[in-house]
Amino acid sequence: MANKPKPDELLSNINYKPPRTQWTDTPVEFKKGYYCYAGRPNNLEYISLPHGRKWSSTDDDWQLVDNWKEIFLEGMENLLKKFRSFRLFMDICVRCGACADKCHFFIGTGDPKNMPVLRAELLRSIYRRYFTISGKLGKIAGARDLTEDVFKELWYYSYQCTECRRCSVFCPYGIDTAEITMMARELINLLGCCTDWISGPLANCYRTGNHLGLQPHTIKSNFEYMVDDLEEFTGVRVEPTFNRKGAELLFVTPSADFFAEPGMFTCMGYLLLFHKLGLDYTWSTYASEGGNFGLFTSNEMMKRINSKIYAEAKRLGVKWILGGECGHMWRVLHQYMDTMNGPADFLEEPVSPITGTKFENAKSTKMVHITEFTADLIKNGKLKFDKSRNDHIIPTFHDSCNTSRGMGLFEEPRYVINSVCNQFHEMPENTIREQTFCCGSGSGLNAGEIEELRLLGGLPRANAVKYVKEKNGVNMLSCICAIDRAVLPPLVDYWVGDVDVCGVHELVGNALIMEEGEKREIDLRGEPLPGMEEKEEED
Amino acid sequence: MGMLFSLVAVIALAAIAFIGVKLGLLGLFGIILPYLAIIVFLAGFIMKVVKWGKSPVPFHIPTTCGQQKSLPWIKQNKLDNPSSTLGVIGRMALEILLFRSLFRNLKTDMKDGKVIYGSNKWLWLGSLAFHLSFFVVLVRHLRFFTEPVPGWVNMIDAVDGFMQMGVPHLLMTGVVLLAAGGYLFLRRVFNQQVRYISLAADYFPLFLIIGVALSGILMRYFIKVDIVKVKELTMGLATLNVSVPEGIGVIFFIHLFLISVLFAYFPFSKLMHLGGIFLSPTRNLVNNSREVRHVNPWNPEVHVHTYEEYEDEFRELMKEEGIPVEKE
Repeated sequence: MANKPKPDELLSNINYKPPRTQWTDTPVEFKKGYYCYAGRPNNLEYISLPHGRKWSSTDDDWQLVDNWKEIFLEGMENLLKKFRSFRLFMDICVRCGACADKCHFFIGTGDPKNMPVLRAELLRSIYRRYFTISGKLGKIAGARDLTEDVFKELWYYSYQCTECRRCSVFCPYGIDTAEITMMARELINLLGCCTDWISGPLANCYRTGNHLGLQPHTIKSNFEYMVDDLEEFTGVRVEPTFNRKGAELLFVTPSADFFAEPGMFTCMGYLLLFHKLGLDYTWSTYASEGGNFGLFTSNEMMKRINSKIYAEAKRLGVKWILGGECGHMWRVLHQYMDTMNGPADFLEEPVSPITGTKFENAKSTKMVHITEFTADLIKNGKLKFDKSRNDHIIPTFHDSCNTSRGMGLFEEPRYVINSVCNQFHEMPENTIREQTFCCGSGSGLNAGEIEELRLLGGLPRANAVKYVKEKNGVNMLSCICAIDRAVLPPLVDYWVGDVDVCGVHELVGNALIMEEGEKREIDLRGEPLPGMEEKEEED
Repeated sequence: MGMLFSLVAVIALAAIAFIGVKLGLLGLFGIILPYLAIIVFLAGFIMKVVKWGKSPVPFHIPTTCGQQKSLPWIKQNKLDNPSSTLGVIGRMALEILLFRSLFRNLKTDMKDGKVIYGSNKWLWLGSLAFHLSFFVVLVRHLRFFTEPVPGWVNMIDAVDGFMQMGVPHLLMTGVVLLAAGGYLFLRRVFNQQVRYISLAADYFPLFLIIGVALSGILMRYFIKVDIVKVKELTMGLATLNVSVPEGIGVIFFIHLFLISVLFAYFPFSKLMHLGGIFLSPTRNLVNNSREVRHVNPWNPEVHVHTYEEYEDEFRELMKEEGIPVEKE
């Protein structure tokens, strides 16, 4: 956005009063800054998504194929048969409204169609019309004909949901809007209406193994930069290997961690940790992406993208897989991977080579989260830290939606942070753990053209950060997600100011003592450590 | 529109029963319609559950609301993030009997640019009162369908009427049901968000249940009917030995007809959340998807981009960088 509105301006536009007209009679208005660009035909073709074409969501004519309605309804019937969640969630909502003010997009925009219940009703009204007896009564039964306008509305709001599942925590039946949005997007993809920001990274990932389209030599040279920087900052030269057969572990993390700041600082933390441990591990350029844009495209796409991880583990002959800090990635790894591409009977049940701890909770999938791994190391006294190196950092912790509500990974990262930092402050309890707020850019919404929507969606999170900044002087928002690391810096910059964003393993890397008596004067960002220069003078 | 439509519909239903009885159609309202309603209810309920059951649960998608089971020294939240069947039973029991998730309810608002959260347990309290009292009322009615009346039914009756006010004793649950129903209705009207999402399908069952409760209360305390004859009829229904005794007041038939409509409407409506909650995959699954493989019965065959294809495209670049390759 060239002329970004001021925070006060955006705030003053938030109004929770619904329009006077019923929602079914209130046509959707495509507001600039709230809709993504359309996917390009070449990208759709590369990943075999049908009906790619040049189009824009602001066109009157979306150039849908002639039999689009049939395709949509057949697709819907198919999904109803395949997913109990879908059929059930279409049937049992009582519209109690408990979910209404739990959605960050509703809180930020006040748009009633961003209430989870109403977002689902967009699809439910079609379900009633075509798949229930009472729906034949029409409007009074809450049923709607499937028209182009109805489809456009569904499209608009399906890309204003980050599938964060916060509403599902509060729903008395556990109705999960993420499931509903996933189904809506499956249907949207049958008609070739994927967004550019999702189909582009998907095509990249399919071809090069990562969303950013980094080819093997680029990956390696990115690492060389990091390794040089690390040596300059810490005096330690680490030696990562790539596609190395016979390594004990394969390490997979989101590609953003070796491409852009502040993810790269997190990656430096991993590199230092693994070097210190003498871990026999390898990176892969083929499976160079932990994240999975298929999760919010279609179940088949998710499986296709995810297949590389097990395939590479098998080809390289590793024992098990370690996974880096990432949200969507861990939803897929924890709840989907084994089902889709397992059983991983060519791997061994994960055991920490350093502590001998068996990761019982991962014995089938054979993939362990890095904070589970590191927490175990720390608990067993295998690592030594100089916490004072993080004294210039007063962190809080942002729970990622997916590791929170699709896994329950709460204490592991907190234990790690508290082991490497002297200070730590929680944000208010209604904004953390299972009630955590999305960054506002998940599920493929991290697109520049919808910055206004994303800023508003991220408002509840930013607000909580502001609270602990003012109350406790927090200056660092730590997290375990690559999307967070990409989008939280501009978000907190806009709403809060003077708070940085980091991954948990950046903090680990800062504090980790590589060898007795080593001196560090700069942190992993290359910034001088306050107090350390003075110490040197005293010495 | 939905509210008015539903109100008129429920009043019309009561009027139909009134006119029907005045026309002497006692057999229709006293025997045929109640039986039909029960048949539709049972068949519809079962068919719906079977339909849900036929759709598999392809992925393991519990919504985790507490600490997972991971390392042995990290305290797991066994109820909000269960790792065993027992834990899931506990979670489901809390959900079904005590409305655990609604208990989390918050009110979120914006004040001076700040998002603020307030505790908001009214919906939880109102719904729990509504469901619990409805359940007790239903159980209490067993005394019309059993002879002799089992002791525990009499005991529930006695507890329900413990205040011993009036003759016959005031039964609390009837009053609570009416009050809670009234609260749920007023909430729909006065909460602007809830009003905006409400459909006829939300008002109609609420009015119907309020109508049932109201007619029941009227019958018990105000427009008395011959209770002995009522029991004669209901026992006839229960024992398939039907007859409609003369001289039962019309209010009884209004009550019975509204109940019949409620039962017949049930399987086609949102009231099926009664059955659905047991099947909700975000609540009834153990969070152990990395420990035990969940099987998708329709796991699709998909095209994947193989390592060989990848190496074929990037082999030269990989070799230049010293990255190992399969084919030199």
